[in-house]
Amino acid sequence: MASEKKKGRILSSRHLLGLEGMAGEEIANILDTADALKEILDRPIKKVPTLRGVTVVNLFFEASTRTRLSFELAEKRLSADLMNFSTSGSSVVKGETLLDTARNIEAMRIDVVVVRHQCPGVPGFLADRLSSVVVNAGDGAHEHPTQALLDLLTLRQKFGDIKGLKVAIIGDIAHSRVVKSNIYGLKALGAEVMVCGPPTLIPRDVESLQVKVTHNVDKALEWADTINVLRLQLERQKSGFLPSLREYYWTFGITMERLSRLREAPVILHPGPMNRGVEIESAVADSDYAVILDQVTNGVAVRMAVLVLLSAPEIAV
Amino acid sequence: MESVKLPDKLCLKNTRLIDPVQNLDQTGDLVIENGKISAVNAGCSGARVWDMNGAIVCPGFFDIHVHLREPGFEDAETIRSGQEAAGGGGFTAVACMPNTMPALDHAGVVRWVSEEAAKFPVAVHPIAAITKQRAGEELTEMVELHKAGAVAFSDDGGYVENSDLMRRALEYSLLTNAPIITHAEDFKLTGSGVMHEGAVSTRLGLAGIPRLSEDIATVRDLMLAEYTGGRLHLAHVSTEGALRALEDAVKRGAKVTAEVTPHHLLLTDKAVQGYSTYTKMKPPLREESDTKALIAGLKNRSFAAIATDHAPHTSDLKEVPFDEAAFGIIGLETAVGLIWDKLVMTEQITASYMVNLFCAGPREIVNLPVPAIKVGEAVELTVFHPDEKWTVDTAEFYSKSNNSPYAGWELTGRPWGILKGSLWAGRIQPGF
Repeated sequence: MASEKKKGRILSSRHLLGLEGMAGEEIANILDTADALKEILDRPIKKVPTLRGVTVVNLFFEASTRTRLSFELAEKRLSADLMNFSTSGSSVVKGETLLDTARNIEAMRIDVVVVRHQCPGVPGFLADRLSSVVVNAGDGAHEHPTQALLDLLTLRQKFGDIKGLKVAIIGDIAHSRVVKSNIYGLKALGAEVMVCGPPTLIPRDVESLQVKVTHNVDKALEWADTINVLRLQLERQKSGFLPSLREYYWTFGITMERLSRLREAPVILHPGPMNRGVEIESAVADSDYAVILDQVTNGVAVRMAVLVLLSAPEIAV
Repeated sequence: MESVKLPDKLCLKNTRLIDPVQNLDQTGDLVIENGKISAVNAGCSGARVWDMNGAIVCPGFFDIHVHLREPGFEDAETIRSGQEAAGGGGFTAVACMPNTMPALDHAGVVRWVSEEAAKFPVAVHPIAAITKQRAGEELTEMVELHKAGAVAFSDDGGYVENSDLMRRALEYSLLTNAPIITHAEDFKLTGSGVMHEGAVSTRLGLAGIPRLSEDIATVRDLMLAEYTGGRLHLAHVSTEGALRALEDAVKRGAKVTAEVTPHHLLLTDKAVQGYSTYTKMKPPLREESDTKALIAGLKNRSFAAIATDHAPHTSDLKEVPFDEAAFGIIGLETAVGLIWDKLVMTEQITASYMVNLFCAGPREIVNLPVPAIKVGEAVELTVFHPDEKWTVDTAEFYSKSNNSPYAGWELTGRPWGILKGSLWAGRIQPGF
């Protein structure tokens, strides 16, 4: 039985900790599965029994609305039993350590752990200590693989193929987990990537990720087929990375005025939630260039695909 | 570990005797009588014989930078457990940092540490704080602390941020001739950093500590030392920039010395991949360009000492997410094996020079007499076997903590223990 199961596996890892090192073929398989599952979301009865009897815990140590809701919906559509565990703060202020939390999960015989944590590496920390499958729902500034997968799915739907696509990621590159997962996924599928932001928000040695770098948003817009506009955490101004949000908007904000100067406007992604009037003008966010709501729908499909492939791989085939 | 009384007249037979100060490096034997060396290479007649099977016997190693955690943090280490780790690792003496609770900022605490340490043959030389409670505000009573046994002054773990106060510390310490040991770190540049800032920190999403944090802080202290004529010792140099600044200051005649740790010589930030908290320390593991520069600095004698910065922490402080883990790793029980295997066996430094870096080099920094292999000298010897192969197993450590990045490493060259006066202390006991 075990070998049969193994034969059916599409993913090489038991967990989804990140997209770093994942082969393009593997990523394409997840996207294909998501495409197939997406149809369920349009049915009158939006539920299949695929994960009946599978218990999933959504372990959110950091505030998140849309990622948690998206996972929750994906789990419900697949008939998994789910529990939500939301808490803020680190072990330093909280009574229970992460290690104790992990041991409790183990004792409760949970099949899948979806984890969001402010510290990079926490999904791996849990994967090393649990027999459950671990899905990274965002770990600090490290990775956010399902966000990148839903971005990829959206781009694939829009452009047909990702190979050769020019993608500019604009904003706070230094503190973003979305950037890294996107870079790994896009490169694996053959896209070119440029990052753009103020020098204070570009991380050290970013070129080692094999991306182009610019501080000029107009150049990025001119180059790109599509742009991914990152949310600017408003506390960056207070911690000295930026003089003001106003200046950020005038220097890096995606506005209709900027887009009007281009021969062709790019397809615009945003991982949400948006700061209208900071990184993106409302008129742009609400325009036809933006595929932000497609991303939200695709998010549910991608998370369904990941859950099925990791926890019921024999069914997926 | 208990120390064992030596036979009245003992001959260590079949050894390799190394004492760089005496220009000695040869196979032979050594006779010990009543805590003193009574014969070198003069046969074993009339003595109880321990066949050392080719082990190296050399003047006792001294680690100038360890944290013994007592008083205050006895869960992680005590003076005794730290002494045992030192003995098992081949060190006859250590200098302990003052970041205890209370801090070693008062003669009474310094004396207490020495009294506790007297119960075991590994000598413990306290380093007292530069400022009261290590708060960076007022100087400690350095003259009295020095009389009480402090061999140096340091706010290690913290940097004396007030440049004027550091100037006064360097000036005032001239009364004692004990050096000021600086932990050079600009805390604003470190910010929330938890590892070296570079390509690896970018990939891992961990906040970075730039080299600048150490370089700028180092340069300030070198300039203060040069201006005041005070004696400065740089703890745990990790960057090429700090090393260059040191070399320039030495050329200009500043009274400055420096140490380097085995981990900054042998590991890079790549070791952090996987988020093991046993790779988290200050200063952080840097890049290959730095380790290469540090090894070159070791070869050209820019460093007077190899020091471990042995920093025990309980698993409660280490088995947590990387961001939240305490800084520091232990090193007393791996240093000798690592340096032998990675630097001597690869012929980057000689055995004799290694002995110097662990023995005379660090002692001269803090004005301690250097033990020697010479007739009439008091016995203070390190014993390690250059050919013994072993796998690092933290369960075998005498330290109370196990935060070592070397678990599972296969090394050649292993410390056996130490001879001090008429006592043996060590992992194993030869001669039985």
